[in-house]
Amino acid sequence: MQEQASAIAVDPVAGPTTATAAPAASVHAPRRRKMTFNWRGLVSIAVFFLAWELAVRLRLPGFHELPGPITVARVLVQDFLYSPGYWESWAISFKRVLLGFLFAQILGVPLGLLLGTSRRFNAIVFPVFEMMRPIPPLAWVPLSILFWPTNEASIVFITFIGAFFIITINVYDGVKAIKKEHLWLASSLGAPRLTVFRRIIIPAVIPSIAVGMTLGIAVTWNVVIAAEMIASDSGLGRLTWEGYVSSTLPVVFVGMISIGVAGALSTWVVDVIEWRMMPWKRR
Amino acid sequence: MRDTLNGTSYQSGSARPSSGKVSIRNVSKIYDPEGARVVALDNFSIDFAPGDFLAIVGPSGCGKSTLLNILAGFDTLTSGEAYLDDELLASPDKPPRPGADRVVVFQQGALFPWKTVLDNVTYGLIKQGLVGRKEAEERGIAMLRSSGGLDRIAGSYPSQLSSGMQRRVEIIRALINDPKVLLLDEPFRAMDTVNKSTMHQHLLNIFRDNPKTIMFITHDLEEALYLADRVIVMTTRPGTVKLDIKVDLPRPRSREMMASHAYIALKEQTVMAVREEAQKAFERGEREMA
Repeated sequence: MQEQASAIAVDPVAGPTTATAAPAASVHAPRRRKMTFNWRGLVSIAVFFLAWELAVRLRLPGFHELPGPITVARVLVQDFLYSPGYWESWAISFKRVLLGFLFAQILGVPLGLLLGTSRRFNAIVFPVFEMMRPIPPLAWVPLSILFWPTNEASIVFITFIGAFFIITINVYDGVKAIKKEHLWLASSLGAPRLTVFRRIIIPAVIPSIAVGMTLGIAVTWNVVIAAEMIASDSGLGRLTWEGYVSSTLPVVFVGMISIGVAGALSTWVVDVIEWRMMPWKRR
Repeated sequence: MRDTLNGTSYQSGSARPSSGKVSIRNVSKIYDPEGARVVALDNFSIDFAPGDFLAIVGPSGCGKSTLLNILAGFDTLTSGEAYLDDELLASPDKPPRPGADRVVVFQQGALFPWKTVLDNVTYGLIKQGLVGRKEAEERGIAMLRSSGGLDRIAGSYPSQLSSGMQRRVEIIRALINDPKVLLLDEPFRAMDTVNKSTMHQHLLNIFRDNPKTIMFITHDLEEALYLADRVIVMTTRPGTVKLDIKVDLPRPRSREMMASHAYIALKEQTVMAVREEAQKAFERGEREMA
């Protein structure tokens, strides 16, 4: 990445009055992405699974009840990959994450903008916000179950809580960090007040919204899995937990791997969205 | 029109702009008047004529930037008045109002990072509704091109440019609005010597081709003497005028000039005043620490 960045940087001393044609090519040159294959990574993954398999076969302390990766893979393929129930667990967890995450964005982003821009609103709302923010999402489980009519709503709510405070506080910090020079210049150059809000504050907080998204999606997966274990009869979290209570340990591993893959997929989607949101940050 | 051969540049020609007269009368600025009462500016007065290149030098915290912010319409003043072309710009009763007739270039750089170079440059023209987007872009491209072929980076984002390049774009963003006064707040502070001197030459070229009232704030005396027609040395807080020196050095100026007797004499004349104030500021800093 670093090498690419320097490749597109522009020659600083191009002479004040003489047009130089040479650096032009480097500015608009298509950015070559060097895809070097990380063979070391592949080796270390292989070593990881080998060590795991060996540890199980040699019955090392702590490993004697655990299945090895070969067993887990067999169970995954035979009992899960072709079972609609397994994919239903995926769908259910994804739906909960998506709903919680979206509600958190829809409410968190405007709230963060308001907290950052209106002094009065901030004075009224921020203390309550700060009072609630340190409460961990899982501490909301009992209350949530009592409050919401359905189990589904309560799980989505807990997921929402996980992302909401993070997203809001990031947007709020983003507004506070806006360079006053940007606001000044915008009004100097003739932008009316409302335009300053729309055209300066909003793009200026987009990087903070992106940070909120990255952190938010990670937290929603954490929270949804825990909430499913405690309060649900479906989803990937439940699948994992059932593997444990029914002493079918390969299922626990299948659950864990599925959650890992699901989280990675969501992070990847969020990264793509962020990349699209910020054309000026592309390198 | 302009006679650049005999070295006096615009002063001998007719290129002096007709507008851009600034007068600052008895301006004071007190931060936190109820509490700490920090007097940033104390009864500060200067006048400068259209087309003056004025540099203001002083130790950090002497109220240079406060003065600039008052002129730009970013900050209020406690007493006094400021006029632009005999029109009241700022007074204690008048809420500060920024305008495209006096655009600032800041020391940290304030290009909008989410906009391309061209969109940054055309922002003012479009926002003021002076011209349509198409014409604004044509003008922007023309202006970038005439500024050392910068039109080749019109589609780049500021983060892809060097700091010198960014500052040049910023100066164009200000100049395209044809401001009466160009306010420069230590624009080259964070640059290394080579970049800085390239930028100096660039600014002098701009000033030659398109003379404007310029207020250049700096803490670098050499830079001030090299660029300006007039150098104001400010006292440490509360800021007032300590020295007001006419820099009668011929234009176009070059680095070689810095070895001339006239330049050295000017420098000797001013350097003590600047040192004195810097020392005072330093000692007060010490006292405040103790």
